[in-house]
Amino acid sequence: MPNYRLTVNGRQQTVDVPAEMPLLWVLRDTLNLKGTKFGCGVGACGACTVHINNEPRRACQTQVSTVNQAVTTIEGLSTDGSHPLQKAWMQVDVPQCGYCQAGQLMTAAALLRRTPRPSDADINSAMSGNVCRCGTYLRIREAIHLAAGNGARRA
Amino acid sequence: MKNTKDLTQLNRRSFLQVSALAGGGMMIGLYAPKAIAQGGRGGAAPAATPSTYITINPDNTFTIIAKNPETGQGIRNALPQIIADELDVDWSQVKIQQADLDAKYGSQIEGGSTAIPSNYNTMRQVGAGGRALMLAAAAENWGVPVTELTTASGVVTHAGSRRTATYGSLAAKAATMPVPTNIALKDPKDFKIIGKPLPGVDNLKIVTGQPAFSVDVNPPGMLHAVYEQCPVFGGRPVSANLDEIKKLPGVKHAFIVDRVQIQGGQGQGLVPGVAIVADNWWLASNARKSLKVQWEEGATATQNSPGYATAANAMKAQASQPPAAGGRGSAVLGNVEEAFQGAAKVVEAEYYFPLIAHAPLEPQNSTAHFKDGKLEIWSPSQIPGLAGPAQAAGVQNTDVTMHLVRAGGGFGRRLASEYDYQAAKIARVVADERAAQGLPSVPVKVLWSREDDLAHDNYRPGGFHYFKAGLDASGKMIAFRDFVASVASVSPTGEFPSGFVPNFQVTSAPVNPFSIPTGALRAPSTNGVSFVMQGFIDEVAVASGKDPLQFRIDTLRNPNPPAAPPAGAAPGAAGARGGGGGGGGFNAARAIGVLEAVREMSNWNTARAALPKGTGMGVAFQFAHAGYVAYVVEAAVDSNKKIKINKAWCAVDIGSQIVNTSMAKNLVEGGFIEGMSHVMGWEITIDKGRVQQTNFTNANAALGYPPTRMNQAPPSVEVKFVLTNNNPTGLGEPSLPPAVPAITNAIFAATGVRIRTLPLVKSGYSWT
Repeated sequence: MPNYRLTVNGRQQTVDVPAEMPLLWVLRDTLNLKGTKFGCGVGACGACTVHINNEPRRACQTQVSTVNQAVTTIEGLSTDGSHPLQKAWMQVDVPQCGYCQAGQLMTAAALLRRTPRPSDADINSAMSGNVCRCGTYLRIREAIHLAAGNGARRA
Repeated sequence: MKNTKDLTQLNRRSFLQVSALAGGGMMIGLYAPKAIAQGGRGGAAPAATPSTYITINPDNTFTIIAKNPETGQGIRNALPQIIADELDVDWSQVKIQQADLDAKYGSQIEGGSTAIPSNYNTMRQVGAGGRALMLAAAAENWGVPVTELTTASGVVTHAGSRRTATYGSLAAKAATMPVPTNIALKDPKDFKIIGKPLPGVDNLKIVTGQPAFSVDVNPPGMLHAVYEQCPVFGGRPVSANLDEIKKLPGVKHAFIVDRVQIQGGQGQGLVPGVAIVADNWWLASNARKSLKVQWEEGATATQNSPGYATAANAMKAQASQPPAAGGRGSAVLGNVEEAFQGAAKVVEAEYYFPLIAHAPLEPQNSTAHFKDGKLEIWSPSQIPGLAGPAQAAGVQNTDVTMHLVRAGGGFGRRLASEYDYQAAKIARVVADERAAQGLPSVPVKVLWSREDDLAHDNYRPGGFHYFKAGLDASGKMIAFRDFVASVASVSPTGEFPSGFVPNFQVTSAPVNPFSIPTGALRAPSTNGVSFVMQGFIDEVAVASGKDPLQFRIDTLRNPNPPAAPPAGAAPGAAGARGGGGGGGGFNAARAIGVLEAVREMSNWNTARAALPKGTGMGVAFQFAHAGYVAYVVEAAVDSNKKIKINKAWCAVDIGSQIVNTSMAKNLVEGGFIEGMSHVMGWEITIDKGRVQQTNFTNANAALGYPPTRMNQAPPSVEVKFVLTNNNPTGLGEPSLPPAVPAITNAIFAATGVRIRTLPLVKSGYSWT
């Protein structure tokens, strides 16, 4: 199996895996970074969202051989929960089961980088590829507004 | 905390158990009392072993056991919150520890919204017992009466002498003392932790991506398995190209697993299949693409969804026949056919709702390690049990250690635990094969794909309902009839308006054959029944010319209790019971209470007249799992059948106390969003005995299983908890069912088109 050099959360790593192995499984099973989640395997749920060169990408649809820019996973957003979105997620108490939330946070982080003060429409547009089976969408919206400095806007 | 009420019925020493810890701490536990040893489904019978719930550490921190499985309903917070409040410590001083599966904890089940009602009082007593011990130790140390002492934040204070002592400093002394005889519970107005919106204890792990879920379990040396089951229910593998598979990259083992009937297990037992075990999950999954299996598909391969519908339709003439005496799923009061003859108006309608899958976002998985004749297993089950894994691995229950791991959603799917059985069996075979090669045993995780998950569920049964109701000249409902052509369906024999109409008949007959495995989905059985009953009642209300909300209240105010329990009804049932288990007796006043509350919240009486054309408000209520929930929904529908939910209001009565207000509101918001999935997109269809839907999305939309998404969710779901003088009960289940008919009734109000068939996508509707 060939070697691939990856930069994950600022750290250079070499992995010896098949070229077509999805980044998701390299992260989870080879690099033991369990934060990025498997939900559907077809890019339909967003649980595996990571950043590649600061853009949100579906790790389950990204072959490792195509990754030639820096990868950031949920573990790289911050290790102590100090990212404004992580703080907002905890303050609003977003999670129910919590399984989708890493992907939600990564998509939201990319949104705020592009659009620091998003409207509800901006949030809906950016976040609708991420499924929350428990239905925490209202809290995700609120937490993004909170992190963006828009204030809490829950009814 | 000073004001106390003696509410306790503790049996003192036989109940609380205290032991000292090296270094000065202590542990407080209890012998499983009857109150929490009611189930047994989650474990073996309760043993006379004290269970530790509280560890008082010398540094004045407190380790509290969370005994039940956590799948997202918040119980890992809720039960420890109850203990901590009565113990009178600060939440910041508390560390939560998840219990393993152990009979000493009594029932350890996530299901039926039972955790709060069955544990609330016991957890209070555990915490209060711990506090009483601290008071007793301080009183003896200082030579003062207990009545002069107060507690707060894990400190005992004697105001008169200005002395204080931390619980941690008292623990060594307290561990030597008899358990006090007068253990007082707090007055609920003094609660500091119960009733507060405390965030989830695992939130930091979740938002930083630390391992928290079953799928993250990663013991050293672990191998990864996929498991292919026959696409046709009831089928089995005859042979497979295993030698070819074993040569593929990373594959370590490949073998056929035969069916194992599990005694004392749930669901379908260990369904036969083919296991592929590899170095990582993707390699196993990749090898699976080359797997060729000869299946013996069995008789179910002739069944399909259109066939069920045709058979149901051919049975509807049976609706006017009285039920066979004592027939299952039948109830009768008065004479509906005679009443229809004399009615001023009759209403008839046919309703349908489909099979649906649970689709928790974390696909089914389990991790097991068979070593030296013992099995260690890490389970995400809602109903963890030792029997299934033990039998699958060929060992005794006592040889199994089971860890309960946070699951990425349950919704009832994990009330069957076949992934545990599979992991146990595969781990056993792998260990045996490795032993034959002189290799040490390793743990194995089995993980399903999303496609596996949709194809191999125990589905929420659908229902074909044929309704008829009669009204008198004043618009009062005098007769109600439902016939259910049953595909493992639930007959709403005790549902409202049972008990509130003088002539009532519900009968059922099975569609044959129907061999699709079915099971509980969040709020069984009302998750589907609420749609049809609250939908049809809405039709009756419209026919009566009355406000649909007021019509429900008027009906609830005029009970017609049966003289004797109707055939098929639970003994002692008075009027509607409903609730699909754990319901207890139906209380019309509580149902009226939530309807009145939601009417006020939504300005129902005045707001509806001001709505623009194409916008309407709908209402529904449901009694489910001891809770009373009413929704009002405002929806707009355009000429292209695009629907927008503008707002939802929800009133909830689950008793006198909400344990965690943040999580309770979250469950309501989530219940509504799930209801939207039921309304619009979710249907499982069968063709040739197998499920057609493959994943959340599919290029052929009919083969997708689309959940509600962010852009479809309303701006807000306003929640009000109506506190009543009843024991606190759970909310995971009751928050869902009436969301569905409230939405479909709102669509009717907006358009005049009555929704009688789900999901709506089949009728050309979509969310905006």
